[in-house]
Amino acid sequence: MCLGIPAKVTSIDEGMAEVDVGGVRRKISIQLLKYVRIGEYVLLHAGFAIQRIDEKEAQETLKLLEEINEVR
Amino acid sequence: MKKDRISLAHGGGGSLTKRLIKEAFLPPFRNPILEVLDDSAVFKIEKGRMAFSTDSYVVNPIFFPGGDIGRLAICGTVNDLAMSGARPLYLSASLIIEEGFLLKDLKRIIASMKEASKEAGIEIVAGDTKVVNKGGADRLFITTTGIGIIGEGIDISGVNARVGDVVIVNGYLGDHGVAIISERERLDFRTKLISDCAPLNHLVADMLKASGKIHVLRDPTRGGLVTVLNEVAQSSGVGIEIFEDKIPIREEVKGACEMLGYDPLYVANEGKLIVLIVPQDADKVLKVMHKNKYGRNAKIIGRVVKKPEETVLLRTQIGGSRILDMLVGEQLPRIC
Amino acid sequence: MRFVDEFRDPKLARKLLDGIKGLTPDREVNLMEVCGTHTVAIFKHGIKELLPQGVNLLSGPGCPVCVTPMETIDRAIALAGLPGIIFTTFGDMIKVPGSSSSLEEAKAQGKDVRIVYSSLDALRIAKENPKKKTIFFGIGFETTSPSIACTLSRAKKEGIKNFFLLSAHKLIPPAMKAILEAKEVNLAGFISPGHVSTIIGSRPYEFISKEFGTPCVISGFEPLDVLQSIYMLLLQIRERKPKVEIQYRRCVKPEGNIKAQKELDKVFEISDSSWRGLGTIPNSGLRLRKEFSSFNAEKAFDVQIESSPEPKGCLCGEILRGVRIPVECSLFVKECTPEHPIGPCMVSSEGTCATYYKYHRRKDYEKR
Repeated sequence: MCLGIPAKVTSIDEGMAEVDVGGVRRKISIQLLKYVRIGEYVLLHAGFAIQRIDEKEAQETLKLLEEINEVR
Repeated sequence: MKKDRISLAHGGGGSLTKRLIKEAFLPPFRNPILEVLDDSAVFKIEKGRMAFSTDSYVVNPIFFPGGDIGRLAICGTVNDLAMSGARPLYLSASLIIEEGFLLKDLKRIIASMKEASKEAGIEIVAGDTKVVNKGGADRLFITTTGIGIIGEGIDISGVNARVGDVVIVNGYLGDHGVAIISERERLDFRTKLISDCAPLNHLVADMLKASGKIHVLRDPTRGGLVTVLNEVAQSSGVGIEIFEDKIPIREEVKGACEMLGYDPLYVANEGKLIVLIVPQDADKVLKVMHKNKYGRNAKIIGRVVKKPEETVLLRTQIGGSRILDMLVGEQLPRIC
Repeated sequence: MRFVDEFRDPKLARKLLDGIKGLTPDREVNLMEVCGTHTVAIFKHGIKELLPQGVNLLSGPGCPVCVTPMETIDRAIALAGLPGIIFTTFGDMIKVPGSSSSLEEAKAQGKDVRIVYSSLDALRIAKENPKKKTIFFGIGFETTSPSIACTLSRAKKEGIKNFFLLSAHKLIPPAMKAILEAKEVNLAGFISPGHVSTIIGSRPYEFISKEFGTPCVISGFEPLDVLQSIYMLLLQIRERKPKVEIQYRRCVKPEGNIKAQKELDKVFEISDSSWRGLGTIPNSGLRLRKEFSSFNAEKAFDVQIESSPEPKGCLCGEILRGVRIPVECSLFVKECTPEHPIGPCMVSSEGTCATYYKYHRRKDYEKR
C-alpha cells in the first residue's frame, strides 16, 4: 500500500529538501521530520520524507542475518 | 499570422506551400530522386526481397533530452526495417502541423531529420505537409514510411525463435522512456538521463556479417523489453527466460522507476534491440556489437526454453521467478 | 550503504531460506502480509515459490485500490464530472472500476483528471488555476495521510479557497482486528506493514499478540526483509511466545514518527469507515476536523450517489478476506479479465485475481 524508497538528502531549504535517488533528483517536503541532516538517507513516500533511515540499525540487521545459522 | 509561424496557407497547396517546400525541406533533404518533385518518387529496384514499414510519431514533448520528434521519426522507421534484416534505403516523410507552430522549431526538427538520415545512410525521397486548425493536432505529427532490401539467405522473423537460442540486448534499457516521462509528466525530476534514440541499421549490418544464424531481431520500443519478448514467445510458441541480475539498467532509470512505482522492463527504448541467436554464434556477434557505438554494452540476458510455452519468465536475483506478462495499458505513477 | 541492494543479497537469502525450512512446522502455516506493497514485493522477487511447502502467504486488506468502496469511486467520478473542476489523484486509483465507469473513462470523456505524484503537486495545481476548483482524492493509510494533513495545513495557512479533499483514508490496525475477530481464516501470524509503522510505531499492534495470541512482525520491503520477517514469525510460532517484533529497525521505532502523528491529529479525527469486502469497521477511518471542514469536497459539492451494490457474482470481498480463491468466482476469466476488470482484485497487476489469471492461462506452468 505504500511505496517508500531510500533517498539521500543533498540540500535543505525551509521545510523542503532536494534528494537523490540513483542520480535522479527531486524536491521533497521534510515537514514530517523533526530534523534531518544533509547526507542522511530518508524514506520518501508521495513527495514527503516520512522517516530518517538509521544506518547503524541497517548494519545490525545485516550482521544478524550473517549470523543466523550459527545461532541455531 | 506572423511570418515566424506556420499558417494554414502553408498547407494550402499554393505559393506558400511551394515556398515552404523549396526553402525548408528541399535544401536539407536534396537528392536526385526527391528534387524531381513529381507526384511520386521513382527509382530502380534491386532484385531480391524488400522490407516495407510505416510508423507515426506523436511524441510529447516534441523536443526531449537526447533527441526530438524528427530524429525519432527517422530512427524508428529505419530500425523497424533493420529488424527484418533489411538494409534501409528510402523513406517518405509526412508532416501534420498545427497552425501556429513556430517555423524555427520546424527548421530545427528538419535539421535533426537530416542528421539522422545521414547517420543512417538513407534518403528521404517523398514527402507531404498538411497544416490543420489550431487544436486539430497537438503541434506536430510525423509519419515516415520506408523500404529496404533484404540480403540473400537472411531470414529474420519473430516466428523463428528456437529452444536453446540466447537472448542478447545491445545496452542499457529504459533510458528513452524515463527521459520522456521526466519532461512530460511535470514530476519535477532532475536527471542527466538522455534518450537512447539512434539508428541501429549499421549495427545490424555488422551483426549479420558476423553470423548467418540470427533468428530474431526486435526493437523494444513501446511496452519495453517484456512486450517484445512476449510477442516473440507467442509467435514462436516457446518460453523465454531472462535473468534479473544480467539485465543492464542504469541507476538513474532504476531510481526514477522506484520513485514512480514503474517496472523498467516495461519502459520504452528507441535505440535498443534484442537478438535471438544460436548459442554457438553468440560470442562472434557480441564481439562485433561491442565494436559499434550502439552496441558497446551488449550482453546476454536470457535464453529460449521449451516450457512454459508462450511465456516470459524472470529469474530474480534472489533465485525466485515471476511471469512477465504484457501490460494491459500504460504504466502510471503510483504510491502503492 | 544505499539500503536497497544490500537487502537483495542472494547468499543471505539462501541462508534465510534454510533457516525458514528448519523452522517450518508439520502443519500448514498461514501468514498474512497485510500491506499491498508487501504483496508487490513478494510477487516481484518471486518469494512465494522459494518458501517450503506448508508456509502460505495470504494477501491482506492493505491495498487502497481493493478496499475503497465502490460508492467512493462513484463519488470521485461524479465530482470529476462537475464543471470547472480539476480532479487530481494518485495513479493507483485511475483504473479502479466504479459501478458504471472509472476515472480513466471520465478522463477519456474530456474531464480534467490529472495524476499527481504528491498532494503538494495537487495544491500547486490549485494555486496555478485560481478560477477553477481543484479536488484531491486522498487515498492510503497512515503512511500517506500525514502528508495529506501537511498539505491541508499549508493550504489553510496560505488561505487557499479553491482546494478540496475527497478523503478515503483508512487505518490499518482496526482492519487487522476485524480480520482476527471474524475468525474466517486460520492465521498463524502477521507480516505487518513497515511503512505504516514508520508513522505509528509498533505499539498500536500490541493487542494482536496480547488479545489474540497472534505473532506479529513489522517488516521492510526488500526480499531479505520479508524473508527475515517470515523467519522471525516461525520462531515465535515454534516458541509459542507471540509478540510484536520489529524487523524493519532501520526505519521503524517503537514510538513511530511523533511529529507526523501530530500533523495528522491536527487535521483529521478518527471515524468509522466502510471497506470494500470488509464492511464498516469501527474507528478505522479518518475524517477532517471541524476547523478543516471547508476543505471537505463531500460538503462543498452536492453530488447524488446512488448506493451501488457490488457487481453481481463478484467474490472480491471474500477473496480480500482470504476466505475464497479467484477460481471459485463465476466471473473469473469469463467476464472479469485484466482488460475488463469487474472487481478491484483484477485491477492492479499484483491483485489476487490478476495474479491467478496469469497462472491460470498457463496450465503447463508448475505452480505450487
